[in-house]
Amino acid sequence: MDLIANNLSYKPDDQYHLNEVSFNFKEGNLYTILGRTLSGKTTLLKTIAGLLTPDSGKIEFDGKNFLKVPVWERNVAMVYQQFINYPHLNVFENIAFPLKQRKIDQSIINEKVMDALKSVGLLGYENRKIQELSGGQQQRVSLARSLVKNAKILLLDEPLVNLDYKLREQLRDEFKNLFSKGLADETILIYSTTDPRETMELNGEVIVLDEGKVLQVGPAKEIFENPNSLKVAEISNDPPMNIIEAKISDNQIRFEGIDVEAPQHLSKLTEDGLKIGLRSSDIELNENGHEFEVELAEISGSETLLHLKRGDTKIIVSIEEVLNFKIHDKVKINFKIDRAYAFCADGKLASSPFGGLNG
Amino acid sequence: MNKLYIFLKYFFIVVWTVFVVAPFLWALTTSFKDFQSVNGGVTYIPWVDFEPNLEGWKVLIKSPARGGVDIIEPYFNSLFVTCTASLISIILGTLSAYALSRYTFKAGFVKNNDITFFFISQRIMPPIVLSIPFFLFLSSINLLDSLTGLIVVYIVLLMPIAVWIMVDFFNKVPREIDETALIDGCNPYQAFLKVVLPNSIPGLIVAGMFCIIFGWIDFFFAFILTFTEVQLLPVKIVALNSSVTPWWSLSASALVSVAPLIIVAFIVERYLSKGNLSGAIK
Repeated sequence: MDLIANNLSYKPDDQYHLNEVSFNFKEGNLYTILGRTLSGKTTLLKTIAGLLTPDSGKIEFDGKNFLKVPVWERNVAMVYQQFINYPHLNVFENIAFPLKQRKIDQSIINEKVMDALKSVGLLGYENRKIQELSGGQQQRVSLARSLVKNAKILLLDEPLVNLDYKLREQLRDEFKNLFSKGLADETILIYSTTDPRETMELNGEVIVLDEGKVLQVGPAKEIFENPNSLKVAEISNDPPMNIIEAKISDNQIRFEGIDVEAPQHLSKLTEDGLKIGLRSSDIELNENGHEFEVELAEISGSETLLHLKRGDTKIIVSIEEVLNFKIHDKVKINFKIDRAYAFCADGKLASSPFGGLNG
Repeated sequence: MNKLYIFLKYFFIVVWTVFVVAPFLWALTTSFKDFQSVNGGVTYIPWVDFEPNLEGWKVLIKSPARGGVDIIEPYFNSLFVTCTASLISIILGTLSAYALSRYTFKAGFVKNNDITFFFISQRIMPPIVLSIPFFLFLSSINLLDSLTGLIVVYIVLLMPIAVWIMVDFFNKVPREIDETALIDGCNPYQAFLKVVLPNSIPGLIVAGMFCIIFGWIDFFFAFILTFTEVQLLPVKIVALNSSVTPWWSLSASALVSVAPLIIVAFIVERYLSKGNLSGAIK
């Protein structure tokens, strides 16, 4: 049972929330919608759930016009980024709610709710009030409530974004386990996120969304290795990919008085206005490297993010250890230039180290 | 500093308590006095300062033929009119408030907020402005001097309060809760009844309390729209006043008329202290 959308558009004000979005989701697969905030992810999920009606376009599920089916008959499940549960019900009643709505036998409800509680690790909490739970536990309850229904379409709208770092890591791992073994084969799972790492870890089919438009569709690895445009490269990297305006001539990449020998996949490019893209992890500190000035150094977890400047060129370097720098310190860095991307002036990918286009 | 704070706190609590409780005590003692005890100087303590008697209370239940005023029938009239009008106002008000909170209405430049304000504006007008239209309206449908007529008018007066309180309350209930209910298989009516309403009980209680208070204390419309067939308590109490002010029966009737409100206040307070009002919605 496939979920097929055709040219969905939604424009409630003067901006597109969805702009000609089309997709073909197949049963039993995981789809990740990657995009920045306000890119239309939630709008897209709500449209699939039936909470919003698009201005134009079609959605078909199982060969039928899905837009004609009201929300409460669609058999979808959704987990919101805010922890949405029913505050007047306890944990058990919350999870049992969708089943009671279907008038299922009480003994079957008990069994299913207990199974769901077990799979999200909340056994023993069934009589607690929702307000007595932590954020992570509340989100587990709403996940359990969406799992218990055996919905054909499971929508997760940035489910981890409001959790603290540690819980996020933990829940993400549990999600991966659940998704790989706990779901029925015919479920379509749609997961939206702003976090590129989450996208790569979930390793599903990725839809990159920006300003309501689909920029690229493909497996996570493909999006990471061959982003088809500057925008996708920015969205799918955290910290965003460094973009350097450079010229390539005589087999040399030149910018800010630095000459670097062009790797093979970039050497044939000659057009004007080329932009070189390099991930922050593909730049390293090196005694013999090029001198840059420190603008800002932030430590995040076990990583140090260095914001560097030379002339008009600003770059971010991530280093896998905690280092202390002062502002205006001089550091020397080296580029792993064989992992550089090149983008045309209009933002399209010109060449990638993983063999995209001219490579 | 801290001691001063504690002192001031208790000082003002005591002052305020005296301020609130003293009139009740005054009314209570006065209701057991007779003409002489009232006019014979300041007296407070029964059996010591004055000899208590039940004359003031007896007047309230004696029939007019025997020199009383008989407030029993007006009392139940008032209870009936207030409760019925409040109940209908709460039901209608909650439904319209939910619609105003969740759906977008547009008629030219009139939008949701304007409609909400229209409801409230009914209470901004001085009652005297409404009295003539109400009078003419009730007389044209033959409901002057009847309980039904009063209920109709009170619904017009009380529903805006319910709408106003409930719109604000529903706006604070996350829309996602309704949406989750829809996704979980409720149609919009079930979502409202099974999910939104149970989470709005605190708001319903507050709105109900205000409706009952404003309905119960209204004198003006009860006075204008009734003559002989039907009388409400506030009007009847005023009728007690004659050439010699009967302080004792006035005090007794004041206590009787404030009793239902005190009971309502205690029930709400009980509910409050159980923690049912707070924390329903995060």
